[in-house]
Amino acid sequence: MTAVGDNDRGLEKYLRMQRIRQFENKAEAIHAQGEIPGALHTYAGMEASGVGACMALRDDDYMVGNHRSHGHPIAKGAMLRPLMAELLGKTTGICKGKGGSMHLSDFSMGSLGETSIVGSGGPVAVGAALGAQMQGLDRVALCFFGDGASSEGAIHEALNLAAVWQLPAIFVCENNRFGMSTPTSAGVAGENVADRAHGYGIPGVMVDGQDVDAVEIAVREAVDRARSGKGPTLIETKTYRYGDHAVNMGRELTPRGPDHEDWLARDPIVLHRLRLLEQGVPPAALDVIEAQVAEEVDDALSFARESAYPAFEEAFDHVFVDRLPIPEDVLAHA
Amino acid sequence: MARITYLEAIQQAQMEEMILDSRVFMMGEDIRCNVFGTTTGFLEKFGEARIRDTPISENGFIGAAGGAAIVGMRPIVDATISSFLFPAMDQICSIIAKSSYIYGGQARLPLVIRSCLFYGNSNAAQHSDRPYPMFMNMPGLKIIAPSNARDMKGLLKAAVRSDDPVLSFEDSTCWTNKSEVPDDMDFVIPLGKGDVKREGTDITVIGIAGAVNIALKAAEQLAREGISIEVVDPRSLVPLDHELILRSVRKTGRAICVDPAHKTCSAASEIAATIAEYAFEALRAPVVRITTPDTHLPFSPHIEKPLYPSVARIVDAARRLVGAGTPVPA
Repeated sequence: MTAVGDNDRGLEKYLRMQRIRQFENKAEAIHAQGEIPGALHTYAGMEASGVGACMALRDDDYMVGNHRSHGHPIAKGAMLRPLMAELLGKTTGICKGKGGSMHLSDFSMGSLGETSIVGSGGPVAVGAALGAQMQGLDRVALCFFGDGASSEGAIHEALNLAAVWQLPAIFVCENNRFGMSTPTSAGVAGENVADRAHGYGIPGVMVDGQDVDAVEIAVREAVDRARSGKGPTLIETKTYRYGDHAVNMGRELTPRGPDHEDWLARDPIVLHRLRLLEQGVPPAALDVIEAQVAEEVDDALSFARESAYPAFEEAFDHVFVDRLPIPEDVLAHA
Repeated sequence: MARITYLEAIQQAQMEEMILDSRVFMMGEDIRCNVFGTTTGFLEKFGEARIRDTPISENGFIGAAGGAAIVGMRPIVDATISSFLFPAMDQICSIIAKSSYIYGGQARLPLVIRSCLFYGNSNAAQHSDRPYPMFMNMPGLKIIAPSNARDMKGLLKAAVRSDDPVLSFEDSTCWTNKSEVPDDMDFVIPLGKGDVKREGTDITVIGIAGAVNIALKAAEQLAREGISIEVVDPRSLVPLDHELILRSVRKTGRAICVDPAHKTCSAASEIAATIAEYAFEALRAPVVRITTPDTHLPFSPHIEKPLYPSVARIVDAARRLVGAGTPVPA
């Protein structure tokens, strides 16, 4: 493992952040054209948080996401084709067209779910950490949740349980300033979510969520603690959501504050690009990455468009291990 | 074969499955102190890692059981009293029931959530729920509700071995009832297979959980009046053995569904509707539901006890259905 800041790792972070941004831009554009059904919650603006955190994980570590999780599997290294196909509701989608935007979970990347009931991923991550510990594996489980979710009982219960049992879990609160239309200041008591760690007797760490290296360093420390049996850590990444709660809703729900422009000026990808240039990375190397990602995203969209929709019978798969019987009267009109 | 109680059957089923499969472990509130007698000797035999006392945090630890199941463990959660499932509805309904589906089969959740139906003993409304019908309405959860020790053991072992999540509703009115139970480690009763507990020709009485035992008592009494009752025990509510129920009703032409749950959308309601929909041509009388009315359970035993299904209510309904009057005492 090379040191944080090393060029190869720096370029890898740049690649993954570019993938997320360009994937999200494409998704938002085709959603506006009606090509993606349902609600679309984009991750643009928060790339440093997801990529920094995932770069501190091993491939076989677990993670749990939420409704705003397109970025998390990409941050951990997932291929774009099955993700884009899922957004279009195709059978080649990562969830075979049954999860969609709020559940872009790639289990081959260690994801154990992206759950759209706010806060509900916390207990799942705790269970995964428990399972890893009981199986004698040195894997850790990382739970991404938002500032809004910090008010949910499930997150409190998860933190408490992980702390009582000293489980290898890392809780990453991505504080993007808003829970839908509610500013964090109106939804979260106290200055910082990370301060709550004190109540559980675990470390609480705040980090600049626009700085991918800072996030990686903070999460790596938590991962090392977890892996060596020292229990969970609560990390708060201070970040910013560019899109509305869900995009293309016809009217803006997010009450942007006077700091809006300041946040946009600290774009995580631009900041990382500047740092790489300072470290002597030639601009051409970064441009190549951007062009390569643009091709990947186009390829993913072509793949998704060319893929078939699921057969109607697939609606009855995976309720249980065995396919459910399909009612004839429903099938007749499907 | 040994004659054991329903609670001992639970203890045996768990013990055997934990011996057979190291992935099986237990978690719940106060299980180490063995509140109801279903974990006798477990802490000594299996150790603290596999017998885990949890904080009073149902949503947290039931969800954690789901997470552990996703990564390859096979948890048995003892949620003690079924009313305590309500704080965990989030994890049960949104995570445990749906994770296999929404991720297109990438996840499997082999876990069992046990809880008892703790009604009839002056524990008031918040501890006396029989909430299985609510979960029958949520796809993705298998449900067992056994009425005797033999079925309890066989079904619980099948539940632990199932790769689907299973809710086990254990009727506290059956706890001390004894029956002959095989001691074969591989004795299992498949989920979704009902059982005819008594054969008869005039009326099919379908009983849910402890109501099976009430139905059997009513059948004894009615037999003395010349009314022949067939008692059907679905044992599993999801999947429900439609075939067995319909076959019996097509034979008898009459049906009474007895269920300790509240009447509206009860298991009895689902079974009654199934009979009306698929066996209408065989019916000689309307399908009857005998349930707990849609009021809460009061504390005072004088007004609590008459609310539940009883032998007297079944006997009355049976007489009505066959057109018999109340026999005049000799």
